[in-house]
Amino acid sequence: MNEAAWGRKLDWTSSLRINPAYWVVAAILLILPAFASNFILYQLFGWTFILGMIALSLMFLAGYGGMVSLAQMTVAGIAGYMVAIFGDSAITDISQGWPWYISIPLALLVAALFATATGWLAGRTEGIYTIMITLAIAAAFFYFFNQNYVIFNGFSGFNGVLPPKLFGLDWRHPIAFYYLTLFWAAAWYFAAIYVSRSPFGLALQGIRDNPRRMAALGYHVTAHKVAAYAIAALPAATGGILLTWQSAQISPGTAGIGPAIDILIVAVIGGIGHPAGAFIGAFIYVILKTFAVDLIVLVGLGSERFRLLIGLGFLVVVFWSPDGILGLWEKLKQSRGLNPLLRRAGRRS
Amino acid sequence: MRTGARRTRYERGKFDVDGRKSDRRIATSIGEAVAPAENRPLRRFAENHPWWLAAIAISTAILLYLIFAIWPAWLVQIIGKKKVFLNALFNGITLGGLYFLVASGFTLIFGLMRNVNLAHGSLYLLGAYIGYMVAGWTGYWLLAFPVAFILVGLLGILLQVFVFRRMERQDLRQTLVTIGISIVLADIMLWVFGGDFLNIIPPSWLSGPMETIFVTGVKRSSGDLIYLKYPLVRIVIFLASVAIGVGMWTLLNKTRVGMLIRAGVDDREMLSATGARIQLVFVGVFAFGAGLAGIAGVVGGTFQSIAPGEDVRFLLASLVVVIVGGMGSITGAALGAVLIGISEQFGSVYFPTYSVVVTFMIMVLVLAFRPQGLLGRS
Repeated sequence: MNEAAWGRKLDWTSSLRINPAYWVVAAILLILPAFASNFILYQLFGWTFILGMIALSLMFLAGYGGMVSLAQMTVAGIAGYMVAIFGDSAITDISQGWPWYISIPLALLVAALFATATGWLAGRTEGIYTIMITLAIAAAFFYFFNQNYVIFNGFSGFNGVLPPKLFGLDWRHPIAFYYLTLFWAAAWYFAAIYVSRSPFGLALQGIRDNPRRMAALGYHVTAHKVAAYAIAALPAATGGILLTWQSAQISPGTAGIGPAIDILIVAVIGGIGHPAGAFIGAFIYVILKTFAVDLIVLVGLGSERFRLLIGLGFLVVVFWSPDGILGLWEKLKQSRGLNPLLRRAGRRS
Repeated sequence: MRTGARRTRYERGKFDVDGRKSDRRIATSIGEAVAPAENRPLRRFAENHPWWLAAIAISTAILLYLIFAIWPAWLVQIIGKKKVFLNALFNGITLGGLYFLVASGFTLIFGLMRNVNLAHGSLYLLGAYIGYMVAGWTGYWLLAFPVAFILVGLLGILLQVFVFRRMERQDLRQTLVTIGISIVLADIMLWVFGGDFLNIIPPSWLSGPMETIFVTGVKRSSGDLIYLKYPLVRIVIFLASVAIGVGMWTLLNKTRVGMLIRAGVDDREMLSATGARIQLVFVGVFAFGAGLAGIAGVVGGTFQSIAPGEDVRFLLASLVVVIVGGMGSITGAALGAVLIGISEQFGSVYFPTYSVVVTFMIMVLVLAFRPQGLLGRS
């Protein structure tokens, strides 16, 4: 990008040049509570934003850093557990009952520390090794949560984990919860875009493309990778805390191996190249998970065949378009820009 | 290669006569002798890491004492009954044999083709169900092994031809596709076989305990020695997996096919440039690795039980084994499998709440100090 382009970007009218689709989506999301039912607000969209945030942290690592970490759901789970342990829950023997302004930052901190340690371990490896090691870490912690009764209350976990009554609002009320999740989803979405354009994000993308060259340029490759894990922990931890509040409980199954792989599926279906992909993938996943059961029963199979459908859909997406829905969209845009006679780019490019 | 080794041995003899003590000095003074020295990894290890060697020797001696001696009272007070200890040890070793069967196929496929098959656990579970059905229908337990090997091997060929060959060198895509396949397979198996715990029943000539030569204690009344009784089927299966491991090692290191495979591991392009039919080797190795997972399924179904979720468990076990042992190394897989098997069993006996953490700590330690795995090449 040349100087003139930068100058234009900084212009105050630049907000008018944002793709109008963004304004439409933002407007719809903001006024949605006016006409959507509580089920749609709380279950569909609340869950979409939560899953999207956790998938966003995976997308951040995979898309910008080239590190596919399956431990992001574990990060979210740890944050959820910490809120239950430091804050209030029905398990009063373990829960400390500290106020939210201590328990929530502490939960984020512990999750970030865990992610940093994970990054320190997994950052020494590349590609497929990262996937395997993070999968092993996720599995180890799933079994650890299951077996440990002193801190994590074993198999049953914690129930009755409720959000604080801040500003006199019940944050589990569908409309309040909708705006809460929307706010954090949007915040982390723009934060991810901001970081991806910052010097750190650019260095991270350089490391993804060629670690050796970046090391030769004087960048500390491992430090950048570990820092990326630490940063990516924040959206995942936020998602984990909100997920715990949404269902008012957390148990080992929340952060099991299945959910860890589901997060990968969400991120990949949406497209791992852009933060929007995480939320698109989450939306598709939630819609499928909520309504596919009816569809399957309609076809004549039992409702428990849900995972078969998800698995097949995932396979189709990965086979056809490794970049997910966003990749399909890009392809479509490209093919529309092609001159149909010459099969190459027309005036547009 | 063999002549090289012989020559250095001869040379060493000669230089010893000349009064030079150190092998290493010879190795550095004669550049040629450096390479064959790598053929004696044990000796090199001993020279480079004398303290490690001493630590290993001492712990082996302690282990041997713990296994063979009659425990004095103070030892029983610290650790507990010897019978429990020996049982944990043997369960760990035999579990290691099972892990080895699963992980060796995984590591072989990864080492040669860089293919990451996260559906490996599903192949294991499929083999277990096939074995259960075959053993149930025909009544011949032994028949379950070849049938599981062949059917799961065929599925492996399909996977190689239709999935992995289409996306060579696309690690992430392979991972995602095999995750998708494992989800689909897991759900189909749940659909067909249900969610119950099943068990393959070993034939009568293999069931029941066997008296071993290991002493667990002394009878107070008569002063007779009490010998450990151990399930015969576990011993037989462990010996069989050792035999398979030795067979694989021999195949890899002593035969022409093994030479092709090793050459493929080192440099695929050069091997195909020499005219070797590398795609055929790939298909063969994939089928063999998958078939081994199928056999392991039958073994696991006899040892333990068959249930949904076992696929993930064994996929993770083979991941950890391979990470600890070193990617692509059969010997590493054997070492890692026994290590993980023993630590899992000891963990569940002596630290029941933290057994997974013990396994996990081993992985973390290996990753921290030797990221390529114990016997992996960096």
